[in-house]
Formats: sequence, C-alpha cells, structure tokens
Amino acid sequence: MRAVNEPIKTDVLIVGAGPVGLFAVFELGLLDMKAHLIDILDKPGGQCAELYPEKPIYDIPGVPYTTGHGLVEALMAQIKPFGPAFHLGEMVETIERIGEPMFRVATDSGKLFEAKVLVIAAGGGSFQPKKPPIPGIDPYEGKSVFYAVRKMDVFRDKELLIVGGGDSALDWTLNLQPIAKRLTLVHRRDDFRAAPDSVNKMRALVAQGAMDLKIGQVTALHGGEGMLTGATVKGSDGALATLACDAMLPFFGLTMKLGPVANWGLPLREGELIPVDTASFETDQPGIFAIGDINWYPGKLKLILSGFHEAALMAQKAYHYVFPDKRLVFQYTTSSTSLQKKLGVA
Amino acid sequence: MAKITYIDAGGIARPVDGEIGSTVMETAIKNGVPGIEAECGGACACSTCHVYVDEAWREKTGEPSPMEEDMLDFAFDVKPNSRLSCQIKVTEALDGLVVTTPERQA
Repeated sequence: MRAVNEPIKTDVLIVGAGPVGLFAVFELGLLDMKAHLIDILDKPGGQCAELYPEKPIYDIPGVPYTTGHGLVEALMAQIKPFGPAFHLGEMVETIERIGEPMFRVATDSGKLFEAKVLVIAAGGGSFQPKKPPIPGIDPYEGKSVFYAVRKMDVFRDKELLIVGGGDSALDWTLNLQPIAKRLTLVHRRDDFRAAPDSVNKMRALVAQGAMDLKIGQVTALHGGEGMLTGATVKGSDGALATLACDAMLPFFGLTMKLGPVANWGLPLREGELIPVDTASFETDQPGIFAIGDINWYPGKLKLILSGFHEAALMAQKAYHYVFPDKRLVFQYTTSSTSLQKKLGVA
Repeated sequence: MAKITYIDAGGIARPVDGEIGSTVMETAIKNGVPGIEAECGGACACSTCHVYVDEAWREKTGEPSPMEEDMLDFAFDVKPNSRLSCQIKVTEALDGLVVTTPERQA
C-alpha cells in the first residue's frame, strides 16, 4: 500500500481531462508513455462535459456530427487500451522541478505526483463556482457563505439560505432541510431547471410548512466578522424583505478561471495563455508542455482539432525526456504491428 | 448591416455594425466590445454574454426561450429586460438596437 504522502510516479502527468488531455493519452500511449490525468471536475471531458454535453460539434475531422458527450465517450473508448489513471475533483496547486526534467506536483487535496513530463491541457483554466454579485460578500466566504458542501454537519441547527434553481440548489435543499433549524430556498423566478422530481419534493416540503421558498434575488448581506445574521431579498415585485440566516449557500453554476496555473512560473500572454514552441508545444520550461485552448502561438485557433495535432507533436518530444536513450521510429497505426499490439487489435 | 450600440456599466456607448444573421454576442466579440465574455462560444450554455435590452427594443428582440431562461439563472443581477446576447439574431428590424452590459459577467 502507498503511504499517504508518497508520490504517485508516472511518465507523464496531464493537467486537465478535456478532449485534448484525453487524446494526449492516446498519442503518448502509442509511444509507450504512461499518463495520469488530474481534473477539477468530477468527470472527464472538460468543457464538452460541463458546458455543452448535448450541443452539436460539426468540426471534428472525419466525424460529421457528434455532441460534447458523444466526443468524450468516443475518446474514452479510444484511450481505453492505455489504461489512463484519472484523479477527478482535484486541482493542481503547485509544481516543483526536482530533476532534468522531473517534476513534483501537489493537488489541493494533498496528493503528490512525480512525473518526467508535465502536459498542461487546462483549456480555459479550472471550473470554479460563480460568485453572486452581492456587495461585501468576500469577508463571509468560507465562514458563513459557502459555494460547496463538504461536511453536512456544519449546517446542523443553522438557519440556512440556499440560493439558486438548479440541481445543486435543489439537491442540497432536500439534503440539508432535515438537519437545518430552518431552511429558505431563494430563486429569482418560480420555475426551476432542476430535475422535476426534486422540485416536487421541495414544493411538498413548502406545503407542509417544513421549509420556505422565496422568489427574488439577494441584494445585501447583514452581519459582521464574517458571520451572517441576515440577507435582504428583493422580490420580483421590487419589494425588499430581510431574512434571518446564519449561513448561505449560493449555487450559480461554474465559471472558468485560470487559477493556480498563473503561479507556476510560466510566462503568460495577456495574463491567461501559455506561449509554446510550435515544433513541440513545449513551454519555455523544458519538460512542461501546453496543449489545447490554454496555449498560444502565432496563428493559434481554439479548436479541438488543433489541440489533437498539438498532442501528437508534444508526444514526439516528450518521448525523448521519458526515454532519453531510445531512438523513436515513426510508425502508422494502419500498418505497424507493434502499434496495433498496443491498441489490442493485433 | 444593422447598427448595434453597446453601453457598458460605466455608461460608455460603442456603436458597431452587425452583420445580418450573426448574433448580438458575435457582433460584440468580432468588434472587440468589452463586457461580453461568451465563455461557451454561443451555445447558450454559460450565461456570460448577458445584456439588458433597451426598453424601446424589448418587443422587437422578444422574450427569452425556456432554455435561455434556465441559463439566465446563472447570470448576475437579472432584470426583466435581461437576455443572453448569443440568442439574439441580428436582423434588419434590429437596426439601431441598444443593449447595456452588466457590471460583470462571472
């Protein structure tokens, strides 16, 4: 068994499990490099999975039509022979160079990795909860305003305000209602995009008098030293009401923020893109590559197909870091028995 | 072409020419109008192209679809004249359209 803080060793660590990070596993795998992937989302697929799973994609070469979800499914099937290891719901916080090249990487949950090559395929950055536009919310964050529930018990016997109308808001309303002292759900309209079953359950609780539903938007917070005592809600008729509460959970979906990538010592273009060399998609730091939407080079297009190309060239250069003594022979999957063996088809 | 004017939260107006058939979001991005992010690229999947439609134009731009209403839940400071600009098609009838961008998108 692995001790808690013993690093996971791998040839290549891929930061971001969107379509380009997934396809990198394929290109690396053909060249015998093993990869681990880390993603802040709880599922692979990145924006395809989070932003537009049901939306059409028409510009994948050779695939006239697919969807975000369809593309992710197909990529997962394509990389299956290489058995990539996924570390989901985690964000890379720090990167430290410990060799030439060799990196030690730590995630926000304390997991450690050691990899010869790092591939940043982080797209638009990491998905993080959206902050509601309530003036003066900052000092309450992490003390009485939370964007996620880590331990339900924190909310036991609290007067709780949950804000939003999606699945997160409704699921947590139903889960926390039994343990909260009193729970009020605040949503801007009397329609909910959450699953109808959850909405019905919530409405039944309201009808029983077990919780409250307030239609409106939170416009001000009251309290001090980070502890809430109440919130002002502006109703759809414009009337203001102040609701007492000691904790608030706003669920306004996710947005992309560059996040810790900005602190990894890489130069950034316009504060958000990582410049790379187009022969290998390597950054100015040997052994660290950047592929997909997060990189920049003259003529860059933010297309999935461009990211696929970048992954293929990245793998060629990465090979020399992972296997410094081996010669790389270029081969086609159509004709190479050794590549076909790796794919499990020969 | 249809003239579209984007007013930012600070009151600065930027009039640009919108191509018929494109969207109010695309027109903003193409012309470098600040205040519209369009993270998802126009798939009605993110709510970061939120605008307020000038009262005089609300009838012509119409009401948000149910899917757009769902996404507006994620937008900030939603008002009765809130729309996602990726869901407003530029037509001849919208020549002169005025929209205001919110203080922030995300």
